[in-house]
Amino acid sequence: MATAPRFWRQNPSRYNLIGIKCNSCGKNYFPPRAICPVCHRKSVGKIEPLKFKGEGAIFSFSEVHEGIDEKATLKPYLVAMVELDEGPKITGQVIDCDACDLKIGARVRTVLRKLSEEGSAGVIHYGYKFVPVRDKKE
Amino acid sequence: MRRVAVIGVGDTKFGELWDASFRDIGIRAGLAAVEDAKISAEMIDAVFVGNMSAGRFIEQEHIGALIADYAGLARDHIPATRVEAAGASGGLALRQGFMAVASGLHDIVVVGGAEKMMDVSDIASSMIQSSASDQEWETELGATFASLHALIARRHMHEYGTTREQLADVAVKNHKNGSLNPKAQFQREINRDVVLRSPLVADPLRVFDCSPSSDGAAAVVLCPLDDAKKYVETPVEIIGSGQASDTLALHHRRDILTMDATRIAAKKAFKRAGLEQKDVQLAEVHDNFTISEILAIEDLGFFKKGEGGKATEDGRTALDGEIAINTSGGLKARGDPIGATGLAQAVEVVTQLRGVAGKRQVKDASVGLTHNVGGTGATVIVHIFRRS
Repeated sequence: MATAPRFWRQNPSRYNLIGIKCNSCGKNYFPPRAICPVCHRKSVGKIEPLKFKGEGAIFSFSEVHEGIDEKATLKPYLVAMVELDEGPKITGQVIDCDACDLKIGARVRTVLRKLSEEGSAGVIHYGYKFVPVRDKKE
Repeated sequence: MRRVAVIGVGDTKFGELWDASFRDIGIRAGLAAVEDAKISAEMIDAVFVGNMSAGRFIEQEHIGALIADYAGLARDHIPATRVEAAGASGGLALRQGFMAVASGLHDIVVVGGAEKMMDVSDIASSMIQSSASDQEWETELGATFASLHALIARRHMHEYGTTREQLADVAVKNHKNGSLNPKAQFQREINRDVVLRSPLVADPLRVFDCSPSSDGAAAVVLCPLDDAKKYVETPVEIIGSGQASDTLALHHRRDILTMDATRIAAKKAFKRAGLEQKDVQLAEVHDNFTISEILAIEDLGFFKKGEGGKATEDGRTALDGEIAINTSGGLKARGDPIGATGLAQAVEVVTQLRGVAGKRQVKDASVGLTHNVGGTGATVIVHIFRRS
């Protein structure tokens, strides 16, 4: 499993959903990249940070029964690929939701949660997970 | 460029090889290939070894020199190169060997692949396999390697109506082929119920949708086609070789249901071979999960997008079907010692094209294809072989 510095380097993006926008083609990317894969050299100097709202729709999902590492204690847990409203897709766990409720196309939003910890007294790593967006009438 | 032939093949049984070390199995496969080619050690100009993660599986790096050393070649001081592209390490090693001979740099090249996975726990093995996908943006967020394939499977079912039973049919077919292969890790036939009642790994994928962890090695000997008849009666020519890459993370792909790297690698290999899909009688494809075989047979162009599941259900990919897929049993039943897999595919296709595959022999096989994938599709290697 990754060590603390490796996690911390990603924290600005993981905590705040900071990606980039390429002002050459207008496409958005998460996590940040130095070069736009569409525009290549034309994107140099035209990439700026973009904060994503963290809302999107389930593109696909799975209930994971065979976990790895410390997540083994949380089995089963849900993993989804989510298409953010700004375009990019990201992968993460879905919480506060039973598998039977989850559907492709269902609306979710990101929340900051504990991802893992380095042993019982070790560093705790945080990042985004998804929760369902409930209909306001409910 | 020179034309390149395979003049020798060798492999170990795949499975739990408790009594053999990494170097033992590597040498077993290599020696078998050299024996088969009827060459002697001093004729070898270079060695390439496909291996994904010896550093983590057996805490040993520097595999190229290790294998050359225990093959008895240390005093010959030949170039020995280890090649890594996760699950595609073996196929990539084969391509490096192919390029070395085609370019004229080397005449006789031994290409091997090996992985010793059973010395670590299941959890450690899963973690190592996950390192083929994006650690920082997939694994650390909770995605296992199996669950990434589960995302593909569920979406494929959603968009194309592929059924849970059709996924099972891939495993049933490959276990049937494996039952005819004495080198396979699993040699028992199974039925749909066995797959559908096996424990969930990552819904909708179950234990019998997944290839196993395995120990094993496989190797081939390459030389210029013009020299091949000096060594063997039935050389098999590598007539096409294609390699392509894509985003490391699955969620960044153009379409998670189409492995673009497969499409591009296949296109390059077919172009070089001057052949079309209908000219191929058998293919070893990268079925690390049942859904992977369905994507593979679609993206290689054997079946239309979305019709891979139905084609499997209808028996079109069986040994006696219109194209025999994974005659060895595939990764699913023959086993998947990661770095060895790409070479094991080549060994199977060469064995078939020589007409010596025994009970699993495909009738009148003259052209075969191998398809080797790294990660969830970030590296793909395709080779096309023809009996000459």
